[in-house]
Amino acid sequence: MKVSEDQTETPIESLSYEEALNQLEAIIDTLELGEQTLEQSLTLFERGQTLAHRCSFLLDQAELKVKMLSGNDLVDFEPEN
Amino acid sequence: MRQIPLLEFSLWSVAELTHYLRDLFDSDETLQDLWVHGEISNLARPSSGHLYFTLKDNISALKCVMWRNSVARLQFIPQEGQAVEAHGSISIYEAGGQYQLYSDKIRPAGEGALYQEFILLKTRLEAEGLFDPSRKRPVPRFPRLIGIVTSPTGAALRDILNTLRRRYPAAKAILAPSPVQGEQAPIGLIAAIQDLNLLVQPDVILLARGGGSIEDLWVFNDQQLAYAIAASQAPIISGIGHETDFTIADFVSDLRAPTPTAAAELATPDRLDLKKDLEDIVVRLNRSLQAATSAKYWQIERLQNRLVQRSPMAFVHSSRQRIDDLTSQIDRSMEHLNKIRSAGLTGAQQHLWSLNPLSIMKRGYAVVTRLDGTLVYSISQVKSGNSLDVRLQDGKFPVTVQNGATIEESIGKKNEGF
Repeated sequence: MKVSEDQTETPIESLSYEEALNQLEAIIDTLELGEQTLEQSLTLFERGQTLAHRCSFLLDQAELKVKMLSGNDLVDFEPEN
Repeated sequence: MRQIPLLEFSLWSVAELTHYLRDLFDSDETLQDLWVHGEISNLARPSSGHLYFTLKDNISALKCVMWRNSVARLQFIPQEGQAVEAHGSISIYEAGGQYQLYSDKIRPAGEGALYQEFILLKTRLEAEGLFDPSRKRPVPRFPRLIGIVTSPTGAALRDILNTLRRRYPAAKAILAPSPVQGEQAPIGLIAAIQDLNLLVQPDVILLARGGGSIEDLWVFNDQQLAYAIAASQAPIISGIGHETDFTIADFVSDLRAPTPTAAAELATPDRLDLKKDLEDIVVRLNRSLQAATSAKYWQIERLQNRLVQRSPMAFVHSSRQRIDDLTSQIDRSMEHLNKIRSAGLTGAQQHLWSLNPLSIMKRGYAVVTRLDGTLVYSISQVKSGNSLDVRLQDGKFPVTVQNGATIEESIGKKNEGF
């Protein structure tokens, strides 16, 4: 899987775990081919590091977000305890 | 078995008679495997752990006993006055002279009929293809939105949320609340599933309820609910009751879990596993950069080598070497030539030397001359009585051809000689 143009345009902070992971794998595949220039390789590598940080952040998140469907709206869910 | 005695009247002991009756009961097949329904009374559970009770209806009573290990398997607590169905065999407790139902299973009354209904519905929906494995959709690996259909107050929700928090807090959980028992439950459950699909579009839906009796779980056998599950765009994981509870909803769902907690586990990856995977991926990322840069290094080296081979200095070096080569070739040739030359002179010298008369005379040949020095080289110049000189290498002396000597001609060519 190659890195596509519009993948590199989406801000990394808004990527889901799966999206970030897929882009990271794509970068590794591209680097392993070794067909990039040194400058391109370094740029890709840095983006790869940022993606890895994003994945790590998502995994370390302590708060599970819970909402409740009430009619047509999503409201915050308050557990009874 | 006690033999009938030959006497007109038979006299049994109590033990013999009781034993006879017991054998009768034990050999009757009908009495070995039956269900009896009645009302519980005189319920007792002594410290032994065994259960003693009487099943009665308005006409008769039946004493029952259930041993401790069967009691442990009971899925409900029998109550005084409760209508139940008991399964077991009839035999006689000899010491007390009592026939009893030895029971291994009890269920609340009416459950037998319910079970039949369940089997009928299951068979019909299965024939319609609702349970086909090919209909089942895969559950996404990294769900972003997880829909939960369950009671907002039950333990099932609490267990699910705890599991999600532990394993995959990156996901968002959306609760669509619904009663999970009673008459309103099927409608509520169907609406919850439809609302989630319409308004939220989750990646997966958990349909869950904690443990309960067959009647409690009966709502999940509702036919309309089965169709709603089948029609759901999001795949549904069911987690209803306990390990051994199976409802129609379990069969229609895309994935069945034994409990609500297990349903949450099936829906999510464990972040501890993901962290380990991420570590491996980062190692691969670093290695891939190394691979990319070392590929460049090799390219540079190869180019450098080629450059060195084609440089002017390289040309000078190779020319120098060529000159050296040629020079030594010349040296060798000169040497060779000299050798030949010196060898040549010596040979000619030797040749010349062998033509020198003195050297011939050294070999013993004599030169014969007349007294006036003219050379005698043929017998035609000689007559008997002639005086001649014989010259050897170191001097000469006179000779006279004898008078009357025969002068012989030699055999062979005349002109043979030098």
